[in-house]
Amino acid sequence: MTYRVGEAHSMGFQVFVPFSPWSWLLLLVALKCPEASSDLNESTNSTAQREPNVRFAAAGSEPDEKISVFALDYDYVQIPYEVTLWILLASLAKIGFHLYHRLPGLMPESCLLIIVGALVGAIIFGTDHKSPPVMDSSIYFLYLLPPIVLEGGYFMPTRPFFENIGSILWWAGLGALINAFGIGLSLYLICQIKAFGLSDVNLLQNLLFGSLISAVDPVAVLAVFEEARVNEPLYMMIFGEALLNDGISVNISAIEPLIVFMFSYLSYLAAETLYLSGILAITACAVTMKKYVEENVSQTSYTTIKYFMKMLSSVSETLIFIFMGVSTVGKNHEWNWAFICFTLVFCQIWRAISVFALFYVSNQFRTFPFSIKDQCIIFYSGVRGAGSFSLAFLLPLSLFPRKKMFVTATLVVIYFTVFIQGITIGPLVRYLDVKKTNKKESINEELHIRLMDHLKAGIEDVCGHWSHYQVRDKFKKFDHRYLRKILIRKNQPKSSIVSLYKKLEMKQAIEMVETGILSTAAFSVPCQAQRIHRIKRLSPEDVESMRDILTRNMYQVRQRTLSYNKYNLKPQTSEKQAKEILIRRQNTLRESMRKGHSLPWGKPAGTKNIRYLSFPYGRPQPAGRDTRVAELTDNDSSDSELPSIMFKAHSRAGILQESRLTQEIIPMKSLPRGGKPSHFGYQRNTSQEEHDGRGRRGALRPKPLFHAVDEEFESGEESGEETSAIRSRWSGEHRPTRQHHRSHSPLLQRK
Amino acid sequence: MLISSDQIEQLHRRFKQLSGDQPTIRKENFNNVPDLELNPIRSKIVRAFFDNRNLRKGSSGLADEINFEDFLTIMSYFRPIDTTMDEEQVQLCRKEKLRFLFHMYDSDSDGRITLEEYRNVVEELLSGNPHIEKESARSIADGAMMEAASVCVGQMEPDQVYEGITFDDFLKIWQGIDIETKMHVRFLNMETIALCH
Repeated sequence: MTYRVGEAHSMGFQVFVPFSPWSWLLLLVALKCPEASSDLNESTNSTAQREPNVRFAAAGSEPDEKISVFALDYDYVQIPYEVTLWILLASLAKIGFHLYHRLPGLMPESCLLIIVGALVGAIIFGTDHKSPPVMDSSIYFLYLLPPIVLEGGYFMPTRPFFENIGSILWWAGLGALINAFGIGLSLYLICQIKAFGLSDVNLLQNLLFGSLISAVDPVAVLAVFEEARVNEPLYMMIFGEALLNDGISVNISAIEPLIVFMFSYLSYLAAETLYLSGILAITACAVTMKKYVEENVSQTSYTTIKYFMKMLSSVSETLIFIFMGVSTVGKNHEWNWAFICFTLVFCQIWRAISVFALFYVSNQFRTFPFSIKDQCIIFYSGVRGAGSFSLAFLLPLSLFPRKKMFVTATLVVIYFTVFIQGITIGPLVRYLDVKKTNKKESINEELHIRLMDHLKAGIEDVCGHWSHYQVRDKFKKFDHRYLRKILIRKNQPKSSIVSLYKKLEMKQAIEMVETGILSTAAFSVPCQAQRIHRIKRLSPEDVESMRDILTRNMYQVRQRTLSYNKYNLKPQTSEKQAKEILIRRQNTLRESMRKGHSLPWGKPAGTKNIRYLSFPYGRPQPAGRDTRVAELTDNDSSDSELPSIMFKAHSRAGILQESRLTQEIIPMKSLPRGGKPSHFGYQRNTSQEEHDGRGRRGALRPKPLFHAVDEEFESGEESGEETSAIRSRWSGEHRPTRQHHRSHSPLLQRK
Repeated sequence: MLISSDQIEQLHRRFKQLSGDQPTIRKENFNNVPDLELNPIRSKIVRAFFDNRNLRKGSSGLADEINFEDFLTIMSYFRPIDTTMDEEQVQLCRKEKLRFLFHMYDSDSDGRITLEEYRNVVEELLSGNPHIEKESARSIADGAMMEAASVCVGQMEPDQVYEGITFDDFLKIWQGIDIETKMHVRFLNMETIALCH
């Protein structure tokens, strides 16, 4: 079974999910022999030093066996085996999650992972199996957290981050402090009340607990926000806060260099060595590194980095949440109603206080203040996650005799925030109607924004005023003069506009591939060359003369397209060119449909639709002027826009065309049958209908390849189109060939 | 239009610095701003200071020199939009700023941004990068123009020619983008009193 799923789909490959009984069997077996292995686990060090006689010992533990015929050496592989199993399990769960379309809209992925983790934990607990030490706090901080932060930093949109950095620092720094102290102090006051039985919890412990519980988790928050997809500055605030408030939390020591994403990881580790925040270090590293990495590496390497990073962070995230679930089911809890409830309450209250107070202040200085709605969202997005959990886990028992209570309280808060807040934040956002990011990137926008930046910098230079932009400009100057020369191979400074242009094309091409259209990379390359070549020819002219040339070209195009049909004449021009032309026409058609434009003649639905359908070569028909009007009842709404003036367009073209070419386009009268799918529309009479349709479809199977290519390329073409005039004319003309590809009708219907 | 007196003071000092204590500034005086050299659209910016349309002295052409009052006029386009202004004033301010931008694009003052002018702008914007070919710049401008045409006019008759972007079209393009946060110069003192005409 092959699935194309949301998660894997973004990874660009298809996930093959075979049903493998073998691994399930192994799992069962594995869980069955914990008794034997766990004894050994405690006595021997299950890491490096292994002795052969352990194997014999395992065999020997089975009663009355002299010769071991079958021995399970489970504890040798226990750790990697179980870790891998967990990852696999979580990945399967994720796939299932995304397959079931309604689910991602309801709850964030973190919820699901926690549930899976809790299930695994229940299994482990039930079988009394000692769970492997995956979630050592050092393991968490050294291995699991860095990939997540690296991915976050690497893919962070730097401009908005730095544009909002004042507010981010203000909010993250002060906010975290207020929260930590507020919660800690309030809890301390609660503890003083004798009735709750908490009087042995002193102030220090409370403050520490306050600080660890107030840390908002980047993993969980981002997951939630990605799904809520709110506007940019807002996203930046949450993101920025989550990343930055690590500086306030407790840090860990001890590191050793490793060789995975060496540079960023080293930065993280280096910062940790100095008892500084590794998270901030790795973020800064990722952000600065990204520019140079992207310029230096080839496209394939870039893709590799990108996907590998995402993969790593996905794995880490999974493990973290699973472990949290695992730890939930267990014996080491202490439930104290008062403490837990008040913790929850105070967390919310203090967050609210800090949000509204701090933003009130910072709004005075912001040109574009955060509205109350935005503030509500920020308040509500205070999702705690695995960070707090592992910090709680880390608490030394000596200082915290009531550690279990803290752990339980932390877990409750995490569960509450992730599940309740996570699930409801989507609806809340929609309800509050927060301004969503307009993700549409357009060339014009980018152009204007760039112009504005330069203009603003220029004006500031003129009037000698200081502001953000100057800092950024200074950095850019420094960058260009020194850093780029050293760090970038071939020193090719790329303009953001050009990069955007290319990125848009690439993105659209990838989009096309991912949505299931067959494609061959081979087509895009020569076609691009063709396209630029084409524009070269056109560009010196003004719009008017450009139009003339285009109209001339259009007739040629028409010829070529007709002839490209497999059953017609052999193409007169080279195949590449013909494909290119057809692609461009498909493009225009698609473009107009995507934008929901009706064709320019804009006749209301219900007018006679004329279909020109190609005939196979073997059945020439008199054509040209005496074209019959074909009516089709169509269930495809986009098709119904076909105007009657298409006829006029055709005949106008017909004048210029040679007759042999018009032979090929023969308008058909298809028998109007209510709701009959139009791919049967090429027949001439009823008796042959079925046969023809089938035959036609069969024969046309190779077509989809080409059709698909059109799709892929055409979207890339979007930005480089000629005038809309041409577009509309072509789209009318193009109807026939499109009709054939009913199998690809999702495209037609999609837009 | 009101700017606070502190700001006027500051600007006046700056003006004197630029003009070398003369009452007027000419184009050459802008060479004294070293950082401006690195700006790819330097010539357009300087030109904007002398553009009669911006100075409200006419509908086309360039002034030879500007005095302090003109200088202030140009600077007033870059004031932050005060949040206490009502909707109508905000719209007016926005329109003024956009008009300033429009004049930057429309160098021949015919009220339309033609393809040639657009290309010119893009080429200048990209002129800082020696590795970008003219062709790329051109195709980008073409693409942008097409996009603008589709946004502004929507579908077009086959015979229709898109002359260029008019100011109204320009406003349409800018509808989604907020100019308020981008086109202002933050003055050192936080206090800004801004009123539009």
